[in-house]
Amino acid sequence: MSAGDVMEPENTKPDADQAKTPDAGELASRPADPAMEKHEAAPSKPAAPEVVPQPPKPLQVQPTRIVRPTITQRKFGRVSRRELLKLAPVLALGAFAIPAFQEGLLKKGLAFSDWASARLYRRGHLATIFADSELTPFEKFPINGYDVEDPGVIFENWTLTVGGAVKKPGDYTLAQIQALPKMRHNTRHVCVEGWDVIGRFGGARLSDFLSMIGADTTARFLTVTCADDYYESLDMATALHPQTLLCYEMYDQPLTRKHGAPLRLNIPTKVGYKQAKYLADMKVTNILEKVGYWEDQGYSEFYGL
Amino acid sequence: MSDAVVEITRTNGETETVARAAYEHPLPVRLCHWANAISLFVMVGSGLQIFRAFPSFGAKIPQKDLLNWPKSFAIGGWLGGALQWHLTFMWIYIATGVIYIGYQVFSGHYRQVLFTHRDIPGVWPMVKHYFFFGSRPDQREAYNPLQKHAYTTVIGLGVLSVLTGLAVWKPVQFNGLAWLMGGFHYARLWHFLTMWAILGFVFGHLIMVLLHGWNNFVSMLTGWKKHPDY
Repeated sequence: MSAGDVMEPENTKPDADQAKTPDAGELASRPADPAMEKHEAAPSKPAAPEVVPQPPKPLQVQPTRIVRPTITQRKFGRVSRRELLKLAPVLALGAFAIPAFQEGLLKKGLAFSDWASARLYRRGHLATIFADSELTPFEKFPINGYDVEDPGVIFENWTLTVGGAVKKPGDYTLAQIQALPKMRHNTRHVCVEGWDVIGRFGGARLSDFLSMIGADTTARFLTVTCADDYYESLDMATALHPQTLLCYEMYDQPLTRKHGAPLRLNIPTKVGYKQAKYLADMKVTNILEKVGYWEDQGYSEFYGL
Repeated sequence: MSDAVVEITRTNGETETVARAAYEHPLPVRLCHWANAISLFVMVGSGLQIFRAFPSFGAKIPQKDLLNWPKSFAIGGWLGGALQWHLTFMWIYIATGVIYIGYQVFSGHYRQVLFTHRDIPGVWPMVKHYFFFGSRPDQREAYNPLQKHAYTTVIGLGVLSVLTGLAVWKPVQFNGLAWLMGGFHYARLWHFLTMWAILGFVFGHLIMVLLHGWNNFVSMLTGWKKHPDY
């Protein structure tokens, strides 16, 4: 029996995969290699003394070249349907299309984003400071009043009324705030709408003011109300940030009425609507009755940059 | 996954083959595909509504509107509403991306999708077939070289959409990322352009789905593709 005779039926065996064909050809050309005979062709060779004799398997000649696992039509249909049903979890997203659930779900989603934002907030991480040459000209600094451009604050009588979890509540004058170390920086002011400007802001660090009034900095929030009925709140981490200012100057000039005179917030780590103008009242608290003018209409409560 | 090809027979025990079918899309891939498709739809729609608040990439004053996108092709109704959709679905969008990429890498299934240097020789014949009426090259695996190229690119674009989005959302916390993109203005521009690039893919993808017919479409639902080309 020559090697060629052996190989011919081997190729028609059902489990002879196409990949083995080149090996078989190689074997046929080198029939004298004993190792190859032992490993690859042993079953169809005459039994060597140390090998248990195995009769050659009966050769089945089938029309198919490669045998695949088979599946009946009915079973394939069942498998397909089962696989389709496994996609059902995706339908849960359809809840967002149901009016009754939509608002609550979006509120939860936004709250999750706010939670993640607070976790991402790095207390010591400073916002980028820009060169004077990068400043947006003062006259091109947009003015976003929410109802009036000037609530008509009478400067002579103005004080900041402080209350809540503080040791020294009461009315603070602008002179008292200006007596604190003055900080100036060129920072980016980003509006929720998507535009931004680089402005120059000057004022006292809010953290310095908070220690002056003996604020409980373990409290969670700081709230402000404004002369124009605007109101806002800040998380304590942002209030204590070294770049958060009680701002009374822009572009080295006293704050103009349109920009929130006599005192506004400047928070380079927050979006624009957090940076309330015309400050009138400040409270340190653990409980927020209202979050902020825009937040209470559905905007992000944290919105840190 | 050519080993996951089965032959469908008419009845049990009989050997008459009716069709072949290949298991092309494992469940995690299908789940991520559809959840991602829905979240992408919401992200684009709400993103366009957000863009309507300041449809420009220049200065606020004087503002030159680039594209006053019609409200009917936007989601959320107003800026605050659109932000709610965007900031909610971005988590689903990111989750599907992370699960998808994680699954592909750890299962080794990425080999079906990832475009590598071995696919380069097959690009030109496929381009000739698609665009210049060339003959159809033999297909030995689930995706041809151009498909792999498109899918690999769009996965990269998906990652880019998240990174540019993070730079726009948190330009201070991720100021390194914003700097890499050329600053806040450019990050916003890249975010916008990435969206259009992804939409370009979606356009081509949907056309190919239409051209390749029902069996191909069903494969993304059941995982099994009847009459595969290989």
